[in-house]
Amino acid sequence: MFENLTGKLQQVFKKLRGEGKLTEENMSEVLRDIRMALLEADVNLQVVKQFTDQVRAKALGQDVLNSFSPAQQVIKIVRDELVELLGGSSSKLKFTSQSPTVIFLVGLQGAGKTTTVGKLARWLSKGGHHPLLVSVDVYRPAAREQLAVVAKDIGLPVFSDPSSNSPMDLAVAARNYARSKGHDVLLVDTAGRLHVDETLMTELVQLQSQLQPAEILFVADAMTGQDAIRSAEEFHRKLALTGVILTKLDGDARGGAALSIRNVTGQPIKFVGIGEKYDNLEIFHPDRMASRILGMGDMLTLIEKAGEVVSREQAEDMQRKLRQDGFSLEDFSEQIRQARKMGPLSQILSMLPSIGPFQAMKASDIDDRELVRVEAMISSMTLREKSSPQIINGSRRKRIARGSGTSVQEVNQLLKQFDQVRKMMRGAGARALLKRQMGKMKLPAMSQ
Amino acid sequence: MQTLFGPPPESKPGLLDRFKKAMKSTRETLVTRVENLVQGKKEIDASVLEELEEILLGADVGMTTTQEVLDAVRLRVSRGQMSNSEDLKEVIKAELQRILESTENREISTANPPVVILVVGVNGTGKTTTIGKLAHLLSSQNKKVLLCAGDTFRAAAAEQLGIWGERTGCEVIHQKPGADPSAVLFDALTAAKSRNYDYVIADTAGRLHTKVNLMAELEKLRRTSDRVIPGSPHEVLLVMDATTGQNGLQQARLFTERSGVTGIVLTKLDGTAKGGVVLAIARELKLPIRYAGIGEQKDDLVAFDANRFIESLFS
Ligand SMILES: Nc1nc2c(ncn2[C@@H]2O[C@H](COP(=O)(O)OP(=O)(O)O)[C@@H](O)[C@H]2O)c(=O)[nH]1
Ligand SMILES: [Mg+2]
Repeated sequence: MFENLTGKLQQVFKKLRGEGKLTEENMSEVLRDIRMALLEADVNLQVVKQFTDQVRAKALGQDVLNSFSPAQQVIKIVRDELVELLGGSSSKLKFTSQSPTVIFLVGLQGAGKTTTVGKLARWLSKGGHHPLLVSVDVYRPAAREQLAVVAKDIGLPVFSDPSSNSPMDLAVAARNYARSKGHDVLLVDTAGRLHVDETLMTELVQLQSQLQPAEILFVADAMTGQDAIRSAEEFHRKLALTGVILTKLDGDARGGAALSIRNVTGQPIKFVGIGEKYDNLEIFHPDRMASRILGMGDMLTLIEKAGEVVSREQAEDMQRKLRQDGFSLEDFSEQIRQARKMGPLSQILSMLPSIGPFQAMKASDIDDRELVRVEAMISSMTLREKSSPQIINGSRRKRIARGSGTSVQEVNQLLKQFDQVRKMMRGAGARALLKRQMGKMKLPAMSQ
Repeated sequence: MQTLFGPPPESKPGLLDRFKKAMKSTRETLVTRVENLVQGKKEIDASVLEELEEILLGADVGMTTTQEVLDAVRLRVSRGQMSNSEDLKEVIKAELQRILESTENREISTANPPVVILVVGVNGTGKTTTIGKLAHLLSSQNKKVLLCAGDTFRAAAAEQLGIWGERTGCEVIHQKPGADPSAVLFDALTAAKSRNYDYVIADTAGRLHTKVNLMAELEKLRRTSDRVIPGSPHEVLLVMDATTGQNGLQQARLFTERSGVTGIVLTKLDGTAKGGVVLAIARELKLPIRYAGIGEQKDDLVAFDANRFIESLFS
């Protein structure tokens, strides 16, 4: 029911797959579908027009029409164009030679600036910097208190002066303080404001000319719709933004605003926020984002995460077991443990391609607590039961349910699911599918 | 229009003008825009419909709802019922109005105070601010209002609500950061019952609708509320930011499913975003849009006016 851009484009390409080659006719249908998908994904109308024009020009201009595999070629063109539009390769933060490097976070109300200041501060401090935080939001109730709590949570210093209600005084004092205490970065949390608020926009311009920030980062909500283009454009016109941070990407918003903002400011998206915790900040990778949009999932991020928790030997061992059919409930439980180390399941799921076995799964369907129950059931089994689940009869099921605080129905369900997983993993089709996907991605842990 | 709280806030002089101003960033209105559209054209042709489509999509109305409106227009054109801009205006307006009025605007029973209002939504949409504004609205009608600091998660959230309590002269019940929101709600409802409050407005932490565990927390809040005051919460307001795109529909679906949303508050209409996704929400979920947020001050809340909203889509 809730189709994302990924699913939509996949449908478009599935249609193409049936065609022998690309014609003007079927191309126009594809473009119409791409247009619709992008609009549903909240990409701005003007950006969509530009995008589809580019794809059309590229697709029809070349020898694609007579090519062997038109679907593949169009996918490649669309993906390349998306990567291009999203900003080529990822980009780093700028630092000034004179300390402290000042970084402003600006944006509309409620975009997530304060939380992001905390995340960025932690990220910088992990990278060996010594950031100082300051809030110049003298308007929103308890805004400065919020940043103070954030700073405390992450164990980093915040500059504050409750007696001052002047953003300029606060910012200047914070910079002087940072200088005297040897902080090499000053992160400035500014009040949320509307781009049409002349007074507050002027305030930002003045702060900028006084403090000469190396970075002015526009913090934008990934759920933003068509208006993204207007607010980003206006902030950029007034302040010459140097980058963008996209927040709340852990939801199911299709994130078309990223394309719009990037397009209208020409500035790179430097980070994305993927959760409410302070380490839920990631470098933005245009290629991954494009892949994700196109349904290839954010495999690279997932692989990096997996690399942190699963050793190469463990992974190879698991592969061997799968091949030899020795995959037991114990292994199943171990996989769950490892998966949980990577973070909440919904987060992991959002990185997987929405095709193949993952197609039917939605982040909202997944409950981490279910996994806890599964683990409990498996740990209530004997060694023999774990390796030969077929011996688990009625009375054993009752015992397992009692031991794990679950019900017999749940145990039945688990055994059924396990059986399915085993069949699926044995199935030649599934293995081929996995191999195809992972081979393309150069899975470090899985390649032999 | 019917509101929960007696006379709609609009009846206050001054607000009407500010609402108009907030919703009219350019001088163009539906009328002039549609007139421009068909100017010099004898009949309503494909290019007119195309531009109409762009206006609606550009206001975040979304593909499905936009197509529905266009279909209605096409049907009239093909039947020869419509030929000039005057007709077109009327048809579009009527079509949008029909969607907004198809919502279920049920009466809230206030036989036994306190009335319990739960305020939910994703992060940063303006829940706490809206509560401040509602508290102001109700206390200016001499109602006794108790605020419940149910956001125990976000840093300094209780302090923020506390300041709104001071601004509006309403008491705020809160606990330590990290406390169970249901426990805070329990306290607030018990206090409200024994001390004869008219209203309890409960804040909640912002949450993405995709987080299963956090959504389950809302179900628990509902259960707690019903346990202390049977039949409550009487109203569950989903606060939606007007800048929200098509994801707003999914937000509304899941919040309704898990927390029984009864109405929408559309905030930040003082910016340039139109908030057109509420049309898609009204169409599919039949949720009424109750209020509009038009600024950050305590009186920046007005009853939602379908007519003006529709006009603003085309401005
Ligand atoms: N311009 C404008 N800003 C608003 C409106 N409602 C809320 N805000 C601002 O949006 C930001 C987030 O509001 P808050 O109430 O903290 O959101 P919450 O996280 O949902 O509780 C704050 O800076 C508010 O001042 C509105 O109607 N217009
Ligand atoms: Mg809040």
